[in-house]
Amino acid sequence: MSDTHAQSVAFVRETEIPPSPPPVAQAGAVKWVRENLFSGVFNTVLTLIALYVVARLAIAVFPWFYNGVWEAESIRDCRDQLDGATGACFAVLVDRWDHLLFGFKYPQDGYWRILLAFVLLMAAAAPALFQKLPRKMLLFTALYPFLAYWLIWGGSLWMPVTLLALVIATGLVFQLVARQISVDMRKIVSGVIGVICGVGLTYLLFIGAQELVFIAGSVGTEGIVSSVAYGLFWLMAIFTFALCVPMGIFVGYAIFNSYEDGGLVSVVTALLFIYVALTYLLGPIWMALNGVFPIELQEVASRDMGGFMLNMILGTVCVSLSIPLGILLALGRQSSMPLIKGVCVVFIEFIRGVPLITLLFVANVMLAYFLPPESNFDLILRVIIMITMFSAAYIAEVIRGGLAALPKGQYEAADSLGLDYTQATRLIILPQALKISIPGIVNVAVGLFKDTTLVSIISMFDLVGMIRGPIQNSTEWISVYWEVYGFGALLFFVVCYSISQYSQWLERQLNTSHR
Amino acid sequence: MKKSVFLGALTVAGIVAGGASAATLDEVKARGKLNCGVTTGVPGFAEPDAQGVWQGFDVAVCRAVAAAVLGDGNAVEFVPTTGKTRFTALASGEIDLLARNTTWTLSRDVDLKFEFIGVNYYDGQGFMVPKELGVASAKDLDGATVCIQTGTTTELNLADFFRANGITYEPVPIETGAEAVQQFIAGACDVYTTDASALAAQRANFEDPSAYVLLPEIISKEPLAPLVRHGDNEWADIARWTLNSLIAAEELGVTSVNLEELSAGTENPEINRLLGTEGDLGAMLGLDKDWAKRAIGVAGNYGEIFEKNIGASTPIGLARGLNAQWTDGGLIYAPPFR
Repeated sequence: MSDTHAQSVAFVRETEIPPSPPPVAQAGAVKWVRENLFSGVFNTVLTLIALYVVARLAIAVFPWFYNGVWEAESIRDCRDQLDGATGACFAVLVDRWDHLLFGFKYPQDGYWRILLAFVLLMAAAAPALFQKLPRKMLLFTALYPFLAYWLIWGGSLWMPVTLLALVIATGLVFQLVARQISVDMRKIVSGVIGVICGVGLTYLLFIGAQELVFIAGSVGTEGIVSSVAYGLFWLMAIFTFALCVPMGIFVGYAIFNSYEDGGLVSVVTALLFIYVALTYLLGPIWMALNGVFPIELQEVASRDMGGFMLNMILGTVCVSLSIPLGILLALGRQSSMPLIKGVCVVFIEFIRGVPLITLLFVANVMLAYFLPPESNFDLILRVIIMITMFSAAYIAEVIRGGLAALPKGQYEAADSLGLDYTQATRLIILPQALKISIPGIVNVAVGLFKDTTLVSIISMFDLVGMIRGPIQNSTEWISVYWEVYGFGALLFFVVCYSISQYSQWLERQLNTSHR
Repeated sequence: MKKSVFLGALTVAGIVAGGASAATLDEVKARGKLNCGVTTGVPGFAEPDAQGVWQGFDVAVCRAVAAAVLGDGNAVEFVPTTGKTRFTALASGEIDLLARNTTWTLSRDVDLKFEFIGVNYYDGQGFMVPKELGVASAKDLDGATVCIQTGTTTELNLADFFRANGITYEPVPIETGAEAVQQFIAGACDVYTTDASALAAQRANFEDPSAYVLLPEIISKEPLAPLVRHGDNEWADIARWTLNSLIAAEELGVTSVNLEELSAGTENPEINRLLGTEGDLGAMLGLDKDWAKRAIGVAGNYGEIFEKNIGASTPIGLARGLNAQWTDGGLIYAPPFR
């Protein structure tokens, strides 16, 4: 072929022509801009308007940042330095930095404790958040709450240590009871525990009913609202009186019956034992230990916690408590046992029907009427209980959505494998249901974190409370506004955005569907 | 199950609380600290400084009472309260004394069952408007939008004033003083109304104070007074006479400077009775004879406290006005120490 045309063809190209660059309008930034910003008349107009707005904003805001005063004694000093120019007074952040982060009463030489607790939080949270990390790190996660409590609140190290020892001991005892002893023995043990719990419950309900009568008495019958409340409290009291014996018998019998399974009931009774032991045993033990080997940090009262630290404490504790509680509530709501189902439904619907503010007011103000002035029922603990209950109810509903989305075949497949309820739930149902529920759970978690600022309304000095109260009303920084709120918004944005990014990453990781 | 444990705890607590509310003095002494309710922050009256120490005019009352009872002006646990939580905090026994810019009214005294222990600041409600609004009297404010703090007596006074003058207004409800100021400067309302002392203090700190004027009308009496619970008269007496001792000290010329010198004994029998070198007024109150000396020793007499926290030399810059001693034409007046 090449021989035939060797003379007739003047030029034969032996190499390939290098590809020419695409037309300018079809590549790179220009193409992107044309496609995304100027693809039509309408879009072009919108782009121009948006550019104008952005430019105006930048021109307006830039000098505010650029002229910002970082060193000043007070807002008046700031204004003197600015001398009429537009500019922020960032000096307030410098001056009240510690207060914004830690509250104004936390001892200054103890700030390292908070920072250490925060760094360790990252280490403790990591294995729970990232599956690929070695599982042994979870041991540290389990220890972390005790460590963090000691670091933040101070006091004797022996207090959390003895508590931890008690938790471990209780766990071991129940392992033994559940696995080692004979069936007959178990029956006897469960019978005893059933009787104790039944009698205890009857007694507590009886006291509760008396308390309701007491409350009714203090409400009085003056005015319509009081009269109605009076009537309601009496009704509840009568109801509780009537129920206390049957409830005691019922619960005692249920515990006796179900104890053989180990499971949930043993956990509940374990908690009861911990509670009892806590009240009667722990105090003297750790005090004695502390007397022999004193390891102490300066004690800090709950009322002295504040700033962003308080938001972080409330957010972290409440999220990590409300997810397990929410799972239990969701499972309880699906349960076929009427008592458990009823309790869960009433709890969820009641809590969801009440604004969080109301719960916080109850925690702060109403409880104070019934607790003695010297009560050691900690304010932060009260708030944590309320916020946890609130978000657990929401998370329960989110997870119920996940459970409902699972095809019935999954439940049946689990049954056909011969798995019991606990195994099926743990191995088949929950992993799938939780995966579906991730966006919803994260949504609640982010909302919860931001809701922690509501405690400023019950005069706790969290970040927002700190800004609204002592900082804006100090003689030095009397009308500082944008700087402090902007700083608060920035802190919250960083945390909430991180949570959201993590959840998206997690969804990609867990994406095993074949779509 | 958990709920009943909780209720059980409540019962025990309720019984304890019921039995323990009688003798506040013994309780405070046993605790070694006075629980004193203050605001979450009002410039000059109660605010934590950069070191986190509470300072201010109301705070000084707390410290004086603590010094009189416990001998240490720092033995105070300050409990910040909001306009909504202050009365429940006091009624429930969470605090022993509330010193929080609270107006003395009949219903609070009688119906809410509190005991006001004497006025520490005479205030009245005023109006502030931008100069460019061109208003010279509050009666010209027909149809104005008014920034007002919710849950306070000022809200009620405002309604009364406009109704009595047959003019209308539109309220812009706001939670804290700082927010009200911001809204007012931003032009969200034509008028800002609150106690005249706060108006003057806030105006003094505006970027351009001259652009705003205070209207001449003072539409209410706001005697701001510390208060305690009904039913424990001994405790109320201690708080009342501690406040009186600060006021009497100014009248008698006892200051933080000459306190030590005068407490060695003087020619003036009333000073001697006040400072405990003569008579046994302290014992009548259930305290020792140096109680008033310690109270005055914390931050000086009434006048000194006023000058240091809210007086003309501070950024708050309030004049004594009604709060001058009766001998100087004001209303501040302590009954005799006898």
